[in-house]
Amino acid sequence: MPLVKTEGVEKQFGAHPVLKGIDLTVERGQVVSIIGRSGSGKSTLLRALNGLESIDAGSIEIDGAHVDARHADLRALRLKVGMVFQQYNLFPHLTAGENVMLAQTVVKKTSRKEARAIAQQMLERVGLAGKFDAYPDQLSGGQQQRVAIARALAMKPSVLLCDEITSALDPELVGEVLGVVESLAREDMTLIMVTHEMRFARAVSDNVVFMHEGRVWESGPPEEIFGRPSTLELRRFVQ
Amino acid sequence: MIEFSFAQIVEGLLLAARWTVLLSLVSFITGGVVGLLLLVMRVSQSRVLRSLVRLYIEVFQGTPLLLQLFIVYFGLPLLGIDVSPWMAATLGLTFFTSAYLAEIWRGCVEAVPKGQWEASASLAMNYFEQLRHVILPQAARIAIAPTVGFGVQAIKDTALVSIIGFAELTKAGTQISNATFRPFLVYGLVALIYFALCYPLTRYARALQRKWHAAR
Amino acid sequence: MTYQLQFGDLAAYAGMFASGAAVTLALTAASTLLGIGLGIAGAAIHQSRRAAARTAVHAYVEAIRNTPFLVQLFFVFFGLPALGVHIGEYTAAVLAMTLNLGAYSIEILRAGIDAVPRGHREAAAALAMSRRETFVHVLLPQAFAKVFPALASQIVITMLGSAVVSQISVADLTYAASYVQSRNFRAFETYFLIAGVYLAMALLLRAALTVAGRRLFMRNMRGAR
Repeated sequence: MPLVKTEGVEKQFGAHPVLKGIDLTVERGQVVSIIGRSGSGKSTLLRALNGLESIDAGSIEIDGAHVDARHADLRALRLKVGMVFQQYNLFPHLTAGENVMLAQTVVKKTSRKEARAIAQQMLERVGLAGKFDAYPDQLSGGQQQRVAIARALAMKPSVLLCDEITSALDPELVGEVLGVVESLAREDMTLIMVTHEMRFARAVSDNVVFMHEGRVWESGPPEEIFGRPSTLELRRFVQ
Repeated sequence: MIEFSFAQIVEGLLLAARWTVLLSLVSFITGGVVGLLLLVMRVSQSRVLRSLVRLYIEVFQGTPLLLQLFIVYFGLPLLGIDVSPWMAATLGLTFFTSAYLAEIWRGCVEAVPKGQWEASASLAMNYFEQLRHVILPQAARIAIAPTVGFGVQAIKDTALVSIIGFAELTKAGTQISNATFRPFLVYGLVALIYFALCYPLTRYARALQRKWHAAR
Repeated sequence: MTYQLQFGDLAAYAGMFASGAAVTLALTAASTLLGIGLGIAGAAIHQSRRAAARTAVHAYVEAIRNTPFLVQLFFVFFGLPALGVHIGEYTAAVLAMTLNLGAYSIEILRAGIDAVPRGHREAAAALAMSRRETFVHVLLPQAFAKVFPALASQIVITMLGSAVVSQISVADLTYAASYVQSRNFRAFETYFLIAGVYLAMALLLRAALTVAGRRLFMRNMRGAR
C-alpha cells in the first residue's frame, strides 16, 4: 500500500491549467525528487500534497488522509505531511527552540516539558544542539533552514516535502543542508523533494520524476532519468 | 475687556490643557480596545463580520468627526439618553479612533509575510492558532510605530470637542481670547501648547519607524 | 419620553443643504488646487542645498502637522486681523485649508520623491540636466504618480475636515445643518442625514479622483522601468 498516492490531480490558476492530471505513487521510505523547468507545475504539485494549494479534480491519499476537489481534512493531512520551504519561513519572534516547540504545544497539545525535550533532540539531529535560544536573525541561512527541517520533523510526519530548500542559500551553505537531508534519506524517511540540485537528486533518490507542462513526463530511477532520458524534453533539460 | 496678565493667560491655558491630555488618553485607550475588537472581526473567517466592520470603518472614516460629535451630543438626549459633554466627547472620539486604529492594525496584519501563514498552516495550525501564536505577535511589532503616530492625531482630534462645550484647551483659548481681545497671542499660545504635546510624540514615532525598518 | 424619528421635515430644506454642499465642494476644490501647488513648491524648495531653506519647509510642515486644524483656522480668522490683516470668513477658510493641505502634501510628495530610484537621478545628471530640470522632468512626475492615492486620501480628509469652518460662519453643509436643526429641533435626524451626504460626497470624490488618477498616469504606468 503506497504511502502517497495521487490520481488524476488537476489544478488551474484562473484560465491557466498548471497541473493536467498527475498520477504519482510513493512508497514508504522512498526518496523521490521532482525536477523540471520553472512553470512545469512541480511546486504546485508539492504544495497540493499538504493542502497549501487546493485541487480542481482528482484525489490525493497520504497515509490515510484524503484530499479531493470537494473535501480536504487539512488538519489531519498536515499532521502526516511536513514541509520545508525555500524561504525557511521561521517565526522571527521566537527562538530556534521555540520555533520547533510551537506546533507541538499548540496543535498536538504536548506538554511544554516534553515539547522542549523533543525540540532539543531535533535540533541535535540537524547539528544545531547549542542553538536552542538563538533567534533566527542570529543564524546563517543554512542554520535557519536546518531549524526549519527540525521544526517539521518534530511533528513526526510520515512524509517530508522539501520545496527547493537550498535555492535561496549561498553556495557554501548548501552542503550542510543537503547533509541533513541525506541522513534523513538513510534513515528511511519518506521524502519528496523539488530540487535543482541534480547531482544530489541523482545520489540520494530512489525515484526521479521529470515534470513538463503540468504532466509527469518521465519517471524512473536516477540512472535512467539522467543517464538514458527517453524524451526530447528531458534530454534537453538534463543537458 | 478684562485685563489678564500674560502669566494668567498661560496659566489658564495650561490648566485646560490637562483636560486635553486626559481626554486624549482616555479616548485613545477606549478607541484602542474597540479597535482591537474590530480588528479581530475584520480578519476573522466570517464574511458577515468582515463586511460589518468594513461598513463601520467606511462610515466613521467617511464622515466629519464634528458631525459624529454633534450626533452623539445633540442626538442622544432626544432619544432619552442623557449625555454630558464629557460623555459625548469620549463616546464620539472612541468610535472615530477605533475605526482608524482598526484600519492601521489591519494593514500591519497584512504586512506579515505570506510565508508565515504558509509555514504555520503546514504545521497543522488552524486559523485561530495561526493568528494567536504567529501572525498577531508579528503584526503587533509592526504596529507600534504607526500606533504611536496616531496618538498625535488623537490629541489633535480633541480640539473639536470644544465645539460641543467641553472645557479643554481650545475652548479655554476661545474664552480667553474673547475676554482679552488678544486672539493672535492667545491662539498662538494654544497652538504652541498643542505643538509641545504633539511634537515629541511625532519624533518618537519617527524614531520607532526607523528602528523597525533598520531591524528588517 | 418617546421620540419619533421624523426625516420628512428635512425635505423642505433641500435647497439650503444643496447650497451648503456646493460651498463645501467649492472650498475643497480651491484649497486642493492651491494646496497641491503649495505642496509641489514646498517639495521643490526642500530639494535645495541650502539648509536654511530646508529648515524653513520643515518648520512649516511640523507646525501644521502638530496642531489641530481648528486652532489653525481660528488663528487665521481671529488672529490675523489683530495684526491689521482683514480677511473675510471665506478667504480665511480657504487660506487655512490650503495651508493645512499644503503641509501634508509636502510630506507626501517628499516621500514619493525619495522613493524614486537613485539611478534616475544619476542618469539625469549624466545627461547634463540641472537639479531643477531633474526635479521637474524626472522626479516630480514619477513621485506624483506614485503618491497620487495618498494625495487623494488627503484631499478627502480635507473635505471632511472642512466641516469646522462652519464655526466661523462659513455657510457650508455643516452650517446649513446646524441652522436647520435649530429651527426644526430635530438635531439627530438632521445631523444624521447630513453625515450621510458627506459620506456620499466622500465616496464620489474618491471615485472621481481615482478615475482622474488613472487617466493622468496611464502612460506613466505602462512605461515603467
